[in-house]
Amino acid sequence: MKFLAGTLAAVAAFSFGAITPALAQNPANASKTLEQVKARGVLACGSNPGLAGFGIPDEKGVWTGLDVDLCRAIAAAIFNDPNKVRFVPLTAKDRFTALQSGEIDVLSRNGTWTKLRETELGLLWTGVNYYDGQGFMVRKKLNVNSALELSGASICVQQGTTTELNLADFFRTNNMKYEGIAFATSAEAVKAYDAGRCDAYTTDASGLYGERLRLVNPDEHVILPEVISKEPLGPTVRQGDDQWFNLVKWVHFAKLNAEELGVTRANVDERLKSTNPEIRRLLGVEGDFGKPMGLTPDWAYRVIKHVGNYGEVFHRNVGDGSRLKIRRGLNNLWNKGGIMYAPPIR
Amino acid sequence: MTDAISTGAFVRRAFSEPLPPPPSERGALGWVRANLFGGPLSAALTILSVALLVWMTPGLVRWLLIDAVWSAPDGDACRQAGTGACWAYVRAKLLFFTYGSYPRDMLWRVDLTLLIGAALAVWLLWPDAKRKGLGLVLFLVVYPYVGVMLLHGMGDVTRGLLASVARLTGSQSLADMAANALPVVGTHLWGGIFVSLLVATVGIVVSLPLGVALALGRQSKAPVVRFFCIVLIEVVRGVPLITVLFMANTMLPLFVPANWTPDRLLRPLIGVALFASVYMAEVVRGGLAAVPRGQYEGAMALGLSHWRMMRLIVLPQALTVVIPGIVNSFIALFKDTTLVAIVGIFDFLRAVDTQRLDPTWTGPTISTTGYVFAAAFYFVFCFGMSRYSLMMERRLSYGRKH
Repeated sequence: MKFLAGTLAAVAAFSFGAITPALAQNPANASKTLEQVKARGVLACGSNPGLAGFGIPDEKGVWTGLDVDLCRAIAAAIFNDPNKVRFVPLTAKDRFTALQSGEIDVLSRNGTWTKLRETELGLLWTGVNYYDGQGFMVRKKLNVNSALELSGASICVQQGTTTELNLADFFRTNNMKYEGIAFATSAEAVKAYDAGRCDAYTTDASGLYGERLRLVNPDEHVILPEVISKEPLGPTVRQGDDQWFNLVKWVHFAKLNAEELGVTRANVDERLKSTNPEIRRLLGVEGDFGKPMGLTPDWAYRVIKHVGNYGEVFHRNVGDGSRLKIRRGLNNLWNKGGIMYAPPIR
Repeated sequence: MTDAISTGAFVRRAFSEPLPPPPSERGALGWVRANLFGGPLSAALTILSVALLVWMTPGLVRWLLIDAVWSAPDGDACRQAGTGACWAYVRAKLLFFTYGSYPRDMLWRVDLTLLIGAALAVWLLWPDAKRKGLGLVLFLVVYPYVGVMLLHGMGDVTRGLLASVARLTGSQSLADMAANALPVVGTHLWGGIFVSLLVATVGIVVSLPLGVALALGRQSKAPVVRFFCIVLIEVVRGVPLITVLFMANTMLPLFVPANWTPDRLLRPLIGVALFASVYMAEVVRGGLAAVPRGQYEGAMALGLSHWRMMRLIVLPQALTVVIPGIVNSFIALFKDTTLVAIVGIFDFLRAVDTQRLDPTWTGPTISTTGYVFAAAFYFVFCFGMSRYSLMMERRLSYGRKH
């Protein structure tokens, strides 16, 4: 027995000895991500294994969603082919390891940008492609128009989540009373809400729209405009490869700028002849803004041609063009009441 | 006394026909009395079961069959109030449930692989089949190679080999084949029933020989072999399968360089196979312990070598004894394959679980329908395995019946 314990200890010491250097050095020799992607001929994109509207395979196995389309846009910018992406479905637990170990090039999987994740895990969020936050769903017949009118309401919530804590904070800050009814899983909480056990159901707003579809009569329910917590979701890359970081970041900004300038998938070819200097710079007619990122001058043209601008992607995957019908809200452009704002290309 | 036997007296030559049992013990009524109302406990249980069936069946039948939606272009028909199971959804998603994201124009590769596998399995499992040795070689050596080539694509070595053959013979069609046939389909596209079967088959096929080897090794007289087997068995058995999968998935890529990282599907495959093997080893050890000492001694007295003794005398008896245990492990393994979902593999259950969220279909009855379908699938397979093992047990236990 002693011998066995000794061997185990030796095995453990050996494995941990092996881990430390691997973690200490920056894995996958960073600054070369773009070269690796080009050599491989395909972008490895970490995606959610199944989140309606953000990343989910359809019955043909084709991935659809807002997050997934960002990876397609990156592939379009690099290869001029949005299909040169290998989607690696990752669970919440192994998503960051897969990025750290170099198994994927970019993680676009509704990951919330937090301080610790960025500073402790050696990751960088290149921006926010969806501003999420906790919201409320109520029955239309209650005639509630704002979360501030929910005083005294009973609210279904999933147990032991930050959702539950945010709920308590919100009602305490606003001096309102509520009766929280907690359930072990979100499915149970939704079922209880649908059965009429609570007046409202709360979770992240993006999830609320998906859950609403599973109710018996989705049209009888409404999602209140308030968002009571900050959940900025965005694509993530490894630290130490600034060129790659810029590439991912500017592909997203190009989609935002295109929407702002009214360049769409349909009119992008015609806009090549535009006299607007901003559009000319965006589409690569003037200047070479792709070169510093290791791309061709028409990188943004390719993104818009193959995937579309941010508004189109939003509309198609989660907005009115989809069954989710999520309102733009915070995710609207800065000049249309939202906070989506991209620096200029010049 | 002698005149009591008179020659003219009647002597009955044949037995009279036996009278039939009383009507209460006969026919359907008798069967019911004997089997359903044999005693107060039996009668109570019968009434309880019938009541339960009467209570459940109409609702179930209505939900599963009568109110069910059998065909619809999208989820709207299934969302109407009062509808039952949404089989239209299962029909629409059946390809995804079966093949995952495997390219739709290459599904024949999966079909062919499954077909060959099924044919070989029938050959090996059919008790009266001939030349099982050849079947075993085909199944264990040739089939894995052909299977990988069909499913994953032709490897560079095979391609190179084909190309050189084409150059030698000058055949243009062979050269084309070397260049284009069976393009690689990455495992990230694999999924559905086909992956569940793959994981289970690999687990079963690896675990039986490896398990027997580990069980024999654990009894070995060579201390190094014995020690190694004991450590492997106890360590792997001492951790949950989930932990093994997580270790393989999240820790392994950190130890090894990025381009050496094993494939994402290969990792859980190795984990599951290893895990199944050590459980098998313990089952087989139980069988070995059940073989009486006299059998070993008799074999040694006949002058058999260690391996021949094991092969001819001990293992056949030991394995026959533990057939229920082996099949039990296989059934558990088959259901455990669903655990690979937590490391991001789209096995059958995961495929069902993902597709129920599809906004086109999602609705109040979709999740239940999907899970009922999954339950039926797993039941059919596990029940089939269990029946097969019962049959084999009966056949193989002839020798031990007295």
